[in-house]
Amino acid sequence: MSLALAPGRRRLPVNFRIGAALVALVVGAALLSVVWTPHPPAAMNIPGKFAPASFEHWLGTDQLGRDLVSQLMAAAANSMAVALVAVLIGGSLGVLLGVSAAALGGWWEDVAMRLADLGFAFPALLFAILLAAALGPSLTNAVLAIAFINIPVFARVSRAAAHQVWTQDYVMAARAAGLGRFAITRDHVLPNIAAPVIVQATIEFAVAILAEAALSYLGLGAQPPAQSWGRMLAEAQTLIYLAPQLAIWPGLCIMAAVIGFGLLGDALRDMTDPRLSRER
Amino acid sequence: MGPFLLRRAAGLLATLFAVSLVVFAAMNILPGDPALTILGLDAPEEALEALRLQLGLNEPAPQRYLTWVWGALQGDFGMSQSFGVPVSGLIAERLPMTVVLALSAMGATLILALLMGVFAAANHRGPGDWGVMFLSQIGVATPAFWLSILLVLLFAVTLRWLPPGGFPGWEDPLAAARALVLPTAALALVQSAVLARVVRSSMLEAMRLDYARTARAAGLSRRRVLWRHVLPNALVPIVTIVGMQFAGVVTGAIVIENVFYLPGLGRLIFQSIANRDLPTVQALVMLFAVIVVMANFLVDVAYALIDPRLRGRM
Repeated sequence: MSLALAPGRRRLPVNFRIGAALVALVVGAALLSVVWTPHPPAAMNIPGKFAPASFEHWLGTDQLGRDLVSQLMAAAANSMAVALVAVLIGGSLGVLLGVSAAALGGWWEDVAMRLADLGFAFPALLFAILLAAALGPSLTNAVLAIAFINIPVFARVSRAAAHQVWTQDYVMAARAAGLGRFAITRDHVLPNIAAPVIVQATIEFAVAILAEAALSYLGLGAQPPAQSWGRMLAEAQTLIYLAPQLAIWPGLCIMAAVIGFGLLGDALRDMTDPRLSRER
Repeated sequence: MGPFLLRRAAGLLATLFAVSLVVFAAMNILPGDPALTILGLDAPEEALEALRLQLGLNEPAPQRYLTWVWGALQGDFGMSQSFGVPVSGLIAERLPMTVVLALSAMGATLILALLMGVFAAANHRGPGDWGVMFLSQIGVATPAFWLSILLVLLFAVTLRWLPPGGFPGWEDPLAAARALVLPTAALALVQSAVLARVVRSSMLEAMRLDYARTARAAGLSRRRVLWRHVLPNALVPIVTIVGMQFAGVVTGAIVIENVFYLPGLGRLIFQSIANRDLPTVQALVMLFAVIVVMANFLVDVAYALIDPRLRGRM
């Protein structure tokens, strides 16, 4: 849906607005949870367990009487933190491989891209399993696993974009003026590949949220007492006959976050690179 | 085709070699002392020494790597530390579950995605198109394990049509099939969301070409043109994604087996992690990585078979 920005009446595309709203909601809840939640997320109240939604507990309470909304907010903060760190680590390493491959070429380009491709052989789940078996399951290992699978993605995107910059006239001019490969990469390549890299990062953020949820559900991510949407679903599954409502909300949160970042990424891509905005 | 295949095969071997190095290093170098990881911190020194001897941990790492690879190539993955039987036997016992689940999910994914994608393309810009695109947007964002829980909630807890999990064994084919319906549906619904979009967009691209219009002008029905003329020409991008999706289905099966307590390789991996059974985890991760790498390799080959123009460029 390429809503061309008509002159005079600049309206943001629909997917941008929906995506931005969902992202604002989830990120807002996550940030707010750091300073305020309706109740302390871990506060137990056994007599008040499985309470229905009320003014006191907006979405009710779980099997230990903990407030569901507070837990969902705390989980949002964990999920955002994991996604942010994983995408930052994977993105920086990937971009480093990508731009150095484009700048140096030759055997290093082959080696760098082969190294990056290694990430494609290990889905995040397999890598997380390796780390969990060797070092024990932890949120740190989940972050590393998600970061690892991000490396090849960013390496490819940044190499392709960097190659395009290297063919530009102003880079020729800079080389003729005696600027080295490192300086050109720093001054010309990096600023010019920022847009596609940021777009990719937004999309990978959504992927990372999904991966973290799955890893935590399987017990390879957030460990108690840290709260996570995936872990909440794992607990809810054991109570599915008793309190089916507990299995609904964490899943909806995951979906909202993933759709939000996904739509935002798509919209940013369409807006920053009109050539890529295909018929959708 | 010859040189192309040879080059791809060399790349495949290089990747497999690198993968085996990563898996070996993760399981043998990262933990420091694997014997300590397996037996726990309070294990007596004699037990540790006995296990080190049994696993060959006193040999230098490169030699252990070669021993492992040489054994694995002959189907010998060592002894499982928790089950006390050869890992290869455990794998053979649980492989059918995972293969059947992955293949049935892949088949259902293909059927669903082709139906939805072609339907959306045929109704381009219509309500049907928007409906499919909306569903696929939802599907892409839905974790398969959550969808599984929702399906269990509806079909097992509320309607009581299907079992909520577990596996009765292959002796009773009907009961086995019933136990596999929800796992297959959960995997296929999520996976087909991505594929349906690819089918739709490559169909739209192929529909724009002249021969599609010519076929319509020659009096062929709309349906016949779509399925017999447009679809085959839209296959190249679809095949690429199908290969990647196969990897997604296989790792998805690991998750889904744990959601539904199905006794396959994915369940075995998690039991082995809980039991700190490093040799079994090492063998299984390697096995799954090989499946993923092989799937990517076969896609490249299939790609070149479908479109000979691509051979020179790969």
